Amino acid sequence: MIAIVDYGVGNLFSLCSSFNYIGKQVTVTGERAQLERADHILLPGVGAFADAAKKLRDSGLDQVLLEQAHKGKPIMGICLGMHMRFEESHEYGYHKGLGLIKGDIVPMQGRLPQELKIPHIGWNELHFKGEKHPIFRYLGEQECMYFVHSFFGVDCDENVIATTEYGIEMTAAVARGNVCGCQFHPEKSGEAGLNILRGFCDWEV
Amino acid sequence: MITKRIIPCLDVKNGRVVKGTNFEGLADVSSPVELGRYYSAHGADELVFYDITASAEGRGLFTDILKQVASSVFIPLTVGGGINTVEDFDRVLKCGADKVSVNSGAIRNPALVEQAARLYGDQCVVLSVDVKRVDGVFRVFAKGGRENTGMEALSWIKRCVDSGAGEVVVNSIDTDGVKGGFDLEMLEQVCNLVNVPVIASGGAGCINDFVTLFKTLPKVDAGLAASIFHFGEVSIADLKQELKANNITVRL
Repeated sequence: MIAIVDYGVGNLFSLCSSFNYIGKQVTVTGERAQLERADHILLPGVGAFADAAKKLRDSGLDQVLLEQAHKGKPIMGICLGMHMRFEESHEYGYHKGLGLIKGDIVPMQGRLPQELKIPHIGWNELHFKGEKHPIFRYLGEQECMYFVHSFFGVDCDENVIATTEYGIEMTAAVARGNVCGCQFHPEKSGEAGLNILRGFCDWEV
Repeated sequence: MITKRIIPCLDVKNGRVVKGTNFEGLADVSSPVELGRYYSAHGADELVFYDITASAEGRGLFTDILKQVASSVFIPLTVGGGINTVEDFDRVLKCGADKVSVNSGAIRNPALVEQAARLYGDQCVVLSVDVKRVDGVFRVFAKGGRENTGMEALSWIKRCVDSGAGEVVVNSIDTDGVKGGFDLEMLEQVCNLVNVPVIASGGAGCINDFVTLFKTLPKVDAGLAASIFHFGEVSIADLKQELKANNITVRL
């Protein structure tokens, strides 16, 4: 069973549809017991870091996630859900993250060549780093994913498993032990994105 | 490098996809769920759904169909038509839309763009604007292109982007349905004005029109079209191969 963490942020319709489509049972939950029972946990996220991190803390789910992460359960964060795994974020101020991934979240503003538009919206190609991570096992080479973001992860080199090129080489996916995260939206990235969700479901740590 | 997007647009009325020429003479084309699924599996980078239904009853039907489409389409989905309030944003986002397109609703209430951007983020708010030349000036038209608002189009677009519109769909009424190519003159002016993605709409008649669009205006992010895709005149796969052959980055 895959548990999608419901902490009152973002729209979970597409994620649920994607897992249904690939024939995986999902439960959308904000309950400790269900997250403890799940085989895999997915942390979604859309919106602002500060608001999402507060909701996660207020619900107490941050502690549950940390416990489950330390127990070795496969956990994936998507977009903002990935950002919250980092140590800190500089999205409109300074905020502490879960610290599961080494590195920080910073704005694109001022870090990209001037002519590039912010947010980074659209399909961009993945470049795998190091040995192909198990969540990418069903992907071919030169696959594109759908990105929508204005902030990104830095100083996380040792945890980067894929990058994409947008004026600079930008973090696209990270992993550390049983925890991984994608900057892009696999649930919106066509068949290639569904293959990442399949890879995540089949990932045994 | 980010790829150029190809976006089929589905005009939906009372639960069916229709497409007119210059917005008149609508003809029933196909089922939105079938077409959506087909495009998602055949290389479309995004789908746009416009609800052109007038009645509340039809709007309810659209909501049901939208849910069906959203649950079987795994590419970004933009929904527009009848979006007048943030409650309308909420309604379609809950049905699985990723972005919401505003047109007449923003003209009636310009604060809508800012309110929605604050609630859902800039990336969620797409400004759609129907533009036509009147005595040599680009004017904004409302009500599906039937009514001249008198507003100057470029300043309207700039104002909306400054208030939080994250993308702009520029639909040229002058070239729409004519199939003689995109309105490059109009698009160039919009590209020079804003720093958010610009989506070209209106006028695509053949593959070469897209090649010309992206070659002439590298700042344009996406090309949108309806009938040439729905009637099978242009297949998205062929179109993307041709773009690639012309050194335009696309997702294959």
